[in-house]
Amino acid sequence: MNADMLIFFIFVLSIFLGFELISKVPSMLHTPLMSGTNAIHGIILLGGILVLASAEGFIQHVAGFLAVVLGSANVFGGFMVTDRMLQMFKRKK
Amino acid sequence: MSTLTSIAFLIASVLFILGIKLLASPKTARQGNLVAALGMLIALFAVLPLLHGPHGTSVSFWKLLLILVGIVIGLIVGAAGAYRVKMTGMPQMVALFNGAGGGAAALVAAIEFAHVTRASSTMFVVSMLCAALIGAVSLSGSIIAYFKLEGHFDKPVTYPAQQVMNGLLFVMSLLLGLAMAAGSHSMVLMVLFLVLALALGVLMVLPIGGADMPVVVSLLNSFTGLAVAADGFAIENIAMIIAGTLVGSSGTLLTLTMCKAMNRPVTNVLFSAFGKVDAAAADAAAVSGSVRSVQADEAAMLLGVAARVVIVPGYGLAVAQAQHQVRQLADELAKKGVEVSYAIHPVAGRMPGHMNVLLAEADVPYDQLIEMEAINPEMDRVDVCLVIGANDVVNPAAREDKSSPIYGMPIIEAEKAGTVIVMKRSMGKGFAGIENALFLRDNCRMLFGDAKTSLQELVTLVKAG
Repeated sequence: MNADMLIFFIFVLSIFLGFELISKVPSMLHTPLMSGTNAIHGIILLGGILVLASAEGFIQHVAGFLAVVLGSANVFGGFMVTDRMLQMFKRKK
Repeated sequence: MSTLTSIAFLIASVLFILGIKLLASPKTARQGNLVAALGMLIALFAVLPLLHGPHGTSVSFWKLLLILVGIVIGLIVGAAGAYRVKMTGMPQMVALFNGAGGGAAALVAAIEFAHVTRASSTMFVVSMLCAALIGAVSLSGSIIAYFKLEGHFDKPVTYPAQQVMNGLLFVMSLLLGLAMAAGSHSMVLMVLFLVLALALGVLMVLPIGGADMPVVVSLLNSFTGLAVAADGFAIENIAMIIAGTLVGSSGTLLTLTMCKAMNRPVTNVLFSAFGKVDAAAADAAAVSGSVRSVQADEAAMLLGVAARVVIVPGYGLAVAQAQHQVRQLADELAKKGVEVSYAIHPVAGRMPGHMNVLLAEADVPYDQLIEMEAINPEMDRVDVCLVIGANDVVNPAAREDKSSPIYGMPIIEAEKAGTVIVMKRSMGKGFAGIENALFLRDNCRMLFGDAKTSLQELVTLVKAG
């Protein structure tokens, strides 16, 4: 099996894992869960960093820089806003 | 990729999985978010050894500085958004962060496309095109969703042959994408492709009513996940593939769950402009009868002598920022020995779970929050049901009137309680734009006025009474 095929295996297994992970979520947690997974796709920041590092020419630099800023806002803002929502869920003492 | 980087990415992926798992349970949700954030931090450091300049050269100091500046700007913007947004504006904020992610995914794909040569594999090019298309749709769609949630569009925007137009646009993007995959590697085409995708995102979301925006945001969230995964294929980064795919599939399931709570198939949400309720159908559903209004002192008396009170909070409560007053009222009633609980409709507020977040902000313990399925069988043993700023989710037409646009949507059966007190600003219609038969029932009393003022009055009266 070549490397591309292996990656494809991981991709398909991840799809099923994603479905399984949230199959039983109380509706009260839907908004935080959406917000939390929203932060996780902020991993695009990694992609932004990689392409900015290897960018050539003015346009690529501008686009790469923008990708880094947007990705960074997604990841940091996403985790922070989720934490802010969740810190308010408390049990009665 | 060195072994160390691989192991770091593996640890990060496991932490993302654990994080999502923990996020799905109320007791561990906060840890779950932190676990996922830790995974992200590890992935961020692990990517550093992979950095290289153009043509495999080492990265210059200035470039590293530029990267750092970019991250810091994003951090400041993100933090400012996350901490300054009001709890009622949470769905809009999620939409914006999601759009940012989608935009970043499209940009990464576009830059990577510039490096494509004749020798590049087709899978590589196709991944990029997918990431560019989905990312751009997610960006422009999220921005429209943001404006809709902010209330900038009163009505869904529709025009003749909308679905045909959108379909044509989609086919055009696909054909252009195919041409690019087949070997037309020009950047001009890439820009055109992105413009088409952005237009597609705008046109897809424009006709959808404001009430359905949560579903749209959730769907676009899973889109961004998929775009990130496609970018992961294009730049051969396994952490991005796993994280993006997890978000893509869990987001899709979450979207379907939300639609299920509203009893509407997802295709209905996306292609049939809800909120664009037929004016004729809405009028036909208009019900006759008279409305009984009530003054605060009588309402306070009814509440004070009840054994069991159920509060049904709706978005009106959130708009009035009255969640703290509700808790005070519940506290005062509890002091008198009244059993108080909250009935939460799955789509109360602007998003599923949004109401829980708002009430949690007012320190309402979450074990007093009861989900719709659990409260409905007990509703006929409830003395007073206090509906605050909710409308469609307590409309009995959803169960009784087949011609109603919301027929079939599960509702909180408020009408079964001994007395229903509805706190409302006016007789205005709900999000779905239809009349509410509940307001005309014999056991229903309307307490008109601003939710916050009325609640404050009730708190004082219950305390004194």
